[in-house]
Amino acid sequence: MQLHTLTIQEAHQLLVTKQVSSVELTQAMLDRIHNVDKKVKSYVTVTDDLALEQAKKADERIAKGENVTPLTGIPFSMKDSISTRGVRTTCSSKILENYVPQYNATVTDKLADSGAVLVGKTNMDEFGMGSSCENSAFFNTHNPWNLDHVPGGSSGGSAAAMSASLATFTIGEDTGGSVRMPAGFCNVTGIKPTYGRVSRYGLIALVSSFDSIGPMTRDAYDCATVLEHIAGHDPHDSTTYQSPVPNYTQHINKPVKGMKLGIPKEYFVAGMEAGVESALQEAIRTYEKLGMEIHEVSLPHTKYGLPVYYLLLFAEASANLARMDGTRFGLSVSEGAKDVIDIYLKTRHEGFGDEVKRRIMLGAYALSAGYYDAYYLKAQKVRTLLRRDFETAFSKVDILLAPTCPTTAFKLGEKTSDPLEMYLSDIYVVATNPAGVPAIALPAGFSKDMPVGMQLIGKHLDESTLFQVAYAYQQVTDWHKQQPLL
Amino acid sequence: MTQTIDTKTVKHVAFLVRLGISEEEAQTFSGQFSSIIDYFNMLNEVDTMNVPPASDIANAENVLREDEVKPSMSREDFLKSAPNSERGYVKVPTVLGDE
Repeated sequence: MQLHTLTIQEAHQLLVTKQVSSVELTQAMLDRIHNVDKKVKSYVTVTDDLALEQAKKADERIAKGENVTPLTGIPFSMKDSISTRGVRTTCSSKILENYVPQYNATVTDKLADSGAVLVGKTNMDEFGMGSSCENSAFFNTHNPWNLDHVPGGSSGGSAAAMSASLATFTIGEDTGGSVRMPAGFCNVTGIKPTYGRVSRYGLIALVSSFDSIGPMTRDAYDCATVLEHIAGHDPHDSTTYQSPVPNYTQHINKPVKGMKLGIPKEYFVAGMEAGVESALQEAIRTYEKLGMEIHEVSLPHTKYGLPVYYLLLFAEASANLARMDGTRFGLSVSEGAKDVIDIYLKTRHEGFGDEVKRRIMLGAYALSAGYYDAYYLKAQKVRTLLRRDFETAFSKVDILLAPTCPTTAFKLGEKTSDPLEMYLSDIYVVATNPAGVPAIALPAGFSKDMPVGMQLIGKHLDESTLFQVAYAYQQVTDWHKQQPLL
Repeated sequence: MTQTIDTKTVKHVAFLVRLGISEEEAQTFSGQFSSIIDYFNMLNEVDTMNVPPASDIANAENVLREDEVKPSMSREDFLKSAPNSERGYVKVPTVLGDE
């Protein structure tokens, strides 16, 4: 039996029937990380000692039969932007390379309470800024399906770790596709929940009004299980919803017959790789066979999603990253500094990579006197129109289906010289975040031996429908069960 | 509204975000910024007369809570992360200059 390829559901069964212990499961995962991650390079930090300690405690919980949740004893990893007390949290940036948080993110606390076992922190584009993981200040992560290709970004390490079976589940974070785009590139299931469904407390902020933490898993059932455990109101984050978290797995197997599936025509246009398009058309036929009604819908402002997303990102990120100033935590370059401004200038020059520099400067530009109305304010107005597009569509259909990316995973180095070209790879995933709606990515086939991703987009707080429709697809297809040879 | 972003503007915004920048970097960024901003100008096509700017995302307003005293991170823990501290304070060089 290969312990590292189990789903959460399978591993949980083995744990509670005492066929395997959490220590065995965790050790198997750590061994695999140490053997295989040399090739994939998905982990920034592996937490061997902490993991085995947590696994031992999980085994005690299981032995006593007390407080056992579906996640108790299950090894997982987390994107390195989510704070872990005592475990360095780098955002894959030089400026936080040696930063060790003194507190846990709410998500970290919730997973610890559920008894899940943290095996490590995964690589990402620096501060979440990128679509390929190539903006990590430390190293590139490789796509397990072809090591010459990127895993996508910014949660590329989480997606690659999941795809290479280096965790039973991982936690990513999606600001404008950062869970869904790499999930699609790596043949993984991953959700960007409704904005405000999962607490952002302890997440190192990129765009405070977009950031959404979400699980990445082997299938929709596992994804629903993890979200149940990390979602909910948090007094530390006033943007979290007060409404109770539904039991997402309870009705996940309800038939989808008669439900209305919307196909946004603006997402199926020239420029899409032929193999991606045919995989998506096949998925639509599958849903038709399952009895869903297929309707073409229009999201007329789709093409403006990208400029709206990036302008607002630049603006919010330039403010959020102001705290990286070399005085209270993280890198501090103070040699020869004559005043405190000197420390800021030197630390940030040395500590930030080029993409971070570009984005915070463009943010200051878009917010500065004379340009505020033309850029920041204009983008916020078009954001209203993007939200209305989704509202109109959801007055006609229950759920939308779209690709996660116009292509499969591109080659390492292919897009690094032109920042705008890299931004364009996010074209299908960015519009959901300014609108705040949830979306789940899932494997939909292959094009030239590389995975194709599709996403289902739902109404605010309607994750239940996303899981139900994703689950129905995974009952009649086995794309999500395909694993790369490593 | 096409505009080029010259190196002087780049250096100005770099200082606004307290980012040290070399002459060479300013030149590279200047070229890149012009093409990025040019792309963003496509938003001008959209008629936004009478469209209010988005201001919230979770449909929440005025989230209030009781103002209670609760334990928070200790000074000792906080200072563990600080590069430089003295007598319980974060230490930095001169903040206000002579002039």
